[in-house]
Amino acid sequence: MSTATSPSAGEQIVEPQLGVGAAVRDYVDRVRGGDVGSLPAVLGLAALTIVFSVLRPETFTNAFNFANLINQASAVIVIAMGLVFVLLLGEIDLSAGFTAGTSGAVMAIVVTRQDRPWPLAVLAGLVTGAVIGACIGLLVARLGIPSFVVTLALFLGLQGVLLKLIGEGGTIPLRDETLLELNNGTLPVALGWVLVAGVVLAYAGVSVRRAQTRHADGLHADALSVVLTKVLVLTVLLAAATVYLSQERSRNPAVTSIKGMPVVVVLLLVLLVLLNFVLGRTSFGRHVYAVGGNAEAARRSGINVQRIRLSCFVIASTMAAVAGLLLASRNNSISPTTGGAETLLYAVGAAVIGGTSLFGGKGKMLDAVLGGLVIAVIINGMGLLNQPSSVVFMVTGLVLLVAASVDALSRKRAAATGRV
Amino acid sequence: MSAPTADVPALLSLRGVNKSFGAVQVLQDVDFDAHAGQVTALVGDNGAGKSTLIKGIAGIYGFDSGDYLFDGEHRTVTSPKQANALGIEVVYQDLALCDNLDIVHNLFLGREITKGGRLDEATMERRAKETLAGLSVRTVKSIRQQVASLSGGQRQTVAIARSVLWNSKVVILDEPTAALGVAQTEQVLKLVRRLADKGLAVVLISHNLNDVFEVADSISVLYLGRCVAQVEATGVTRNQVVELITSGRSGDLGLAAAAALAASPDTANDPTGPLDGVQAS
Repeated sequence: MSTATSPSAGEQIVEPQLGVGAAVRDYVDRVRGGDVGSLPAVLGLAALTIVFSVLRPETFTNAFNFANLINQASAVIVIAMGLVFVLLLGEIDLSAGFTAGTSGAVMAIVVTRQDRPWPLAVLAGLVTGAVIGACIGLLVARLGIPSFVVTLALFLGLQGVLLKLIGEGGTIPLRDETLLELNNGTLPVALGWVLVAGVVLAYAGVSVRRAQTRHADGLHADALSVVLTKVLVLTVLLAAATVYLSQERSRNPAVTSIKGMPVVVVLLLVLLVLLNFVLGRTSFGRHVYAVGGNAEAARRSGINVQRIRLSCFVIASTMAAVAGLLLASRNNSISPTTGGAETLLYAVGAAVIGGTSLFGGKGKMLDAVLGGLVIAVIINGMGLLNQPSSVVFMVTGLVLLVAASVDALSRKRAAATGRV
Repeated sequence: MSAPTADVPALLSLRGVNKSFGAVQVLQDVDFDAHAGQVTALVGDNGAGKSTLIKGIAGIYGFDSGDYLFDGEHRTVTSPKQANALGIEVVYQDLALCDNLDIVHNLFLGREITKGGRLDEATMERRAKETLAGLSVRTVKSIRQQVASLSGGQRQTVAIARSVLWNSKVVILDEPTAALGVAQTEQVLKLVRRLADKGLAVVLISHNLNDVFEVADSISVLYLGRCVAQVEATGVTRNQVVELITSGRSGDLGLAAAAALAASPDTANDPTGPLDGVQAS
């Protein structure tokens, strides 16, 4: 550099290496400063689990219900993952639910009515989602129509498209074994353990290596104790879940045996890792945060803001299409209400409860998973308590309001303490 | 402080540039020099054409006529990219930082270093540290803290650091101290001085003559679209500069008496004033 900034030219900013205790203190400081992240979701998940376990010890906590919960939550989690991209920009996609329904219907038509192989059907469904996303993105980014209006119009329009696609019959059944397996089947127990071991080893390897290279480069790095604690916590959580899911959960084991991890967990893990990488480790992801934080600054830095907006809507709608496959697989069919009613609001709720800000610029992939689990636990637990839909809706709405309040309050607090 | 001398060619030099918006001539035969290793202050009242001159240099729009010389060579600069390629960076008054990102992310925004498709955080962080250390910035606690948590002076520092990260040779600062308190102004001015001492040509736009006399090596005065004087800071008094800014002449400096009178707002009806007011960034 001709500006001659050599390391020896001045004092370095010294950042001390922190141990577990210091890392915890640092975290507490951040939370008190308004940077609550996923904490409300984690606490909420724990509290709800305890409440329902006490109220319905025999039904809520059994392995059958736990696996069921994952299958129920999967579609909402996947839509929420896509919505995080849109919410990061400070935009919204209200049409994601019916995008899921429409894409699912396209897939069902290709595989059931036209009797073509399932990969082609899945591709057709995903392309449908991507095209819908591109339309929203173009209208929002190029024409500058508020995303709320564009996607509200599509919310209504796609509902009509879905009705039209399904036609007179009322439903399109799904009979393809592979697709049904996606959100109903289970992995062999051994394979579940291999998967968990792989995830833990990969996570440990990546974090330790990262800490070591950063330390070697003289940069701020987590102390080994912090890294190992994180790995340990992850291992315990995953192992506990796997032990639980490896139990026999069939009501009549002599006839059919159901045990092992649900197949959909693999899909969720792959999406989580992939999208997490995109958001956190690529310049595209960095630009998404930048546009959400200050679009004008991003534009002046040479970032193509329109392209980022368009891409995020395409990603969100494509993820909604994936959720459409999961919904179809779970219900064995596509009906005019697939992806309708509360699906979208649950997904928005999941992202927000998980800690993604509605104001843009703040959020992570894990938020969608944690928030989705909170929503699923509420619906599932209320069902087991034999509460009518009326109560479930009211409670879910209340939880969403609480989450949005936490978001707004933490922003105020953050503004007061100089964090965003 | 070394004074500008005629035998050292300027890094950036404008000769006789003109710029009109419609019928209104905003810049009229302006000469301007910025030397490497020096702080050149650009002063003038509102509507004198400072913003227009800066935007022309930065390539936001081209000059109508006149010579744009960089390193002694004639150049045509009509887009910000061309200016950036020459090594000219502008730090605008609203710093254009993303509050939700940390210092490193902001420094490299839009020009991230990647390795095999992934962000090379280690290299970026190291270069960010080196750059801040090279500017003797010691006020930030951690370069991984969010920009939202920084004070006004620190934010200015980050914006300036971003402008010198990319082999830049000319840094133009638009009112860098306008919104700052006394201590922070002092910090930023020291930083401005250090940039020049590193060999960069620094152009400082300011309304505050205290700041100007504290750091500038030479002072360029714009008066109603004309450059009425480019003088060594040590060779003039504050009063002379104030006179140059307000009336275009001071003793034997500035416009000849007749020209000053002809250009004065009373007779020319200040055509540049309202327009430049609209154009101001």
